[in-house]
Amino acid sequence: MLQLITFSALNGVLYGMLLFMMASGLTLIFSMMGVLNFAHASFYMLGAYFGFEISRRIGFWPGLVLAPLLVGAVGALVERYGLRRVHRLGHVSELLFTFGLAFVIEEMVQMVWGKLPVDYRGPPSLDFVAFRLFDTTYPAYRMFMLSVAVAMFVVLLALLTRTRVGLIIQAALTHPDMVAMLGHNVPRIFMLVFGAGAALAGLAGVIAGPALVTQPAMATLLGPILFVVIVVGGLGSLTGAFVASLLIGLLQTFAVAMNFSLAEVFGPTAPPFLDDLWRVTIAQLAPVMPYILLVLVLIVRPTGLMGTRES
Amino acid sequence: MPPRLLEVDNLNAYYGKSHILRGVTFHVDEGEIVGLLGRNGVGRSTTIKAIMGNVPPRGSIRLRGEEIAGLPPYQTARKGLGYVPETRDIFPGLTVKQNLQLGEKPGEVGGRWTMEDMFGMFPQLKDRADTRAGFLSGGEQQMLTICRTLMGDPSLVMIDEPTEGLSPMMVEHVARLLDEIAKRGVAILLVEQKLTIALKISHRLYVMGHGKIVFEGTPAELSSADAIRKEWLEV
Repeated sequence: MLQLITFSALNGVLYGMLLFMMASGLTLIFSMMGVLNFAHASFYMLGAYFGFEISRRIGFWPGLVLAPLLVGAVGALVERYGLRRVHRLGHVSELLFTFGLAFVIEEMVQMVWGKLPVDYRGPPSLDFVAFRLFDTTYPAYRMFMLSVAVAMFVVLLALLTRTRVGLIIQAALTHPDMVAMLGHNVPRIFMLVFGAGAALAGLAGVIAGPALVTQPAMATLLGPILFVVIVVGGLGSLTGAFVASLLIGLLQTFAVAMNFSLAEVFGPTAPPFLDDLWRVTIAQLAPVMPYILLVLVLIVRPTGLMGTRES
Repeated sequence: MPPRLLEVDNLNAYYGKSHILRGVTFHVDEGEIVGLLGRNGVGRSTTIKAIMGNVPPRGSIRLRGEEIAGLPPYQTARKGLGYVPETRDIFPGLTVKQNLQLGEKPGEVGGRWTMEDMFGMFPQLKDRADTRAGFLSGGEQQMLTICRTLMGDPSLVMIDEPTEGLSPMMVEHVARLLDEIAKRGVAILLVEQKLTIALKISHRLYVMGHGKIVFEGTPAELSSADAIRKEWLEV
């Protein structure tokens, strides 16, 4: 039991931190520019593939640095030459643009790397057991992922609260027009935030690629969960995104580990109707959990956990 | 003759298909307080927004002789135009001090105004320097907005309804401050619906009606022009 809790908690926090690396960028972009970026998970996938390609040629560690930078550059270019032009046509056009971009990226990934998963591996130097609890082991690579995610969180927090650019970004979250009229180049800040958000998603891809599966469907698999995270956390709230990421990370990991059904819990007192439904195990329900949480939060608190805006 | 500080010539602006500004022409000289009056919906705020570049303008807007019509807002601001919106738009999550810091323009050192100047004029802001701006009262937020714009060292500040919703004592305070700012050489374009403060501190006044300037004169001239006041200002 203890080992189940320890490992599920670790995995849950890890999954949650990975979600936050992507949700943070998504929610910042949304509150500044009003654009729900459907292609955000595609940047995560690009990160994994770029990381794979670089690690195949010159090794994992250069990939860890270069791949997020490349993805960030792609993101900045997308904002500068794509979104900024579409912006004046209104929000619907922006949504369609990012929606289309997600398909374009997926198709291009399939054209270059094929439809099957690629063999992306972590560095051999991290191929050992970090610790052992009873008879279960925990791989060092996962501890490495966790530390990268925590480091990223600390850096992001420091940037946003301690630097002038961070202050400008915080101000632009609520009043982008006013920030521009004080003489700050808001379009450039948008490009920077979009690029940084893409780079963060790319970093998540680089470190998650070897642990999960690097395949063309990975963006489509993850995208919906990201939207759940930022809606549950409250659109535009960074703190909310953090809480919701961890919540969903833990919820899903613990649910997967619970291999019993409600029927077993209630025993003979289980209600006699809907017999099959009670026999579904919690583990089987795990993939649905985030969406159940989403519905519950929207019923109880439509603005999300920490959100302030109505729409 | 040196070029005027701000010269707006035949300014037109549209929201979609509706023609809001129909050839607005006026000017502001260095260090002057100019009132821009008119009822709701005659295009006063649109005029300021068009000058700042927030609404696409047609016509000519010259700042010290240089054409600035159509520049994006951040460049207009860097040329020396400051805007204090009616909605105040303080940054509620940041502290008073951080709000003021964001008023400073990028790469600018040694402006006319320092944070100490602001705190000298408004001791209340000094007491609350580390408070989140969202917790300030309406009057304090208004002062903060004006101070934040001054931190960018503008040559002209355009202020949209600064006394809206303030107590009479606070209105007095704001009027004194605007006077003080003008004495230090910053010109002010004061957009107001009510006559009181505008008649008291303005050097010259314009009245707008239906997207045009319908009157130009001194406060004394407007006070005696009953017909203009009845037709364009009084409700």
